Amino acid sequence: MSLNNIINIAGSGMSAQSVRLNTTASNIANAESISGNKDDVYKAKHPVFTALLESASSAGTGVHGVKVDQIIESSVPAQKRYEPSNPLSDKDGYVYIANVNLVEEMADMIAASRSYQNNVEVMNTAKQMLMSTLKLGQ
Amino acid sequence: MMGTGMNLDKVFGIHAQAAQLRSYRGEVLANNIANAETPGYKARDIDFNSLLKAAETKNHGQVPGNSAHIKQSSSEKLANELLYRVPSQPSLDGNTVDMDMEKAEFSKNAMAYQVSMTFLGGKIKGIMSAIRGE
Repeated sequence: MSLNNIINIAGSGMSAQSVRLNTTASNIANAESISGNKDDVYKAKHPVFTALLESASSAGTGVHGVKVDQIIESSVPAQKRYEPSNPLSDKDGYVYIANVNLVEEMADMIAASRSYQNNVEVMNTAKQMLMSTLKLGQ
Repeated sequence: MMGTGMNLDKVFGIHAQAAQLRSYRGEVLANNIANAETPGYKARDIDFNSLLKAAETKNHGQVPGNSAHIKQSSSEKLANELLYRVPSQPSLDGNTVDMDMEKAEFSKNAMAYQVSMTFLGGKIKGIMSAIRGE
């Protein structure tokens, strides 16, 4: 059923975008996380999307939606700050700050929520199409 | 339905196939919108007019009552008809989805689907009143 497949595809888009919103929320919440070791400090996480090539619900149609392939951690080196009074500081008095770029994260959040809304709209339209099909002959 | 009575496929005319193609095109466009931020994804679409014309000519040469002809227009065959859109503003990550255009096309496509449904509904109403003899 093609119309059901539209709803599946929009659903896959919504779930992918909500993963993106989740990572953004996690990044923003941890933007001020510090650690005494540059390897242990929180690293910004970003999802990588990939187009689904095959799924059980839509065999043979060539269009299958989207999925989150993996969540990568940002490789930007953590900033270090001289804070000898901080209990977490290392032996030289430095603490390491999470490599979260707040401006980037806010932009990403807006983009993700817009994309989510687009998928909701698609799903609503597909629902209307289905309803009008069900009402045929009435 | 052979010989006597009416062939429902003829009553519904092109609208049944049009609706089928419209719903498939909706799938393709929904997939573009879902993959609007997928790196390297290329936007796709089908040539609706030529596919509808093909379905129409296939139907005219059809043996009455042979439903195998209709089965051929199922989505399994349609997957071969997928084309790639010519990008208007390709982005750095290789994605060619133009969200505004996809949304406009999706709405237009949904509207056209409703048109097909309205026509089909009218045909069904006509048959129903003929059956009831009102």
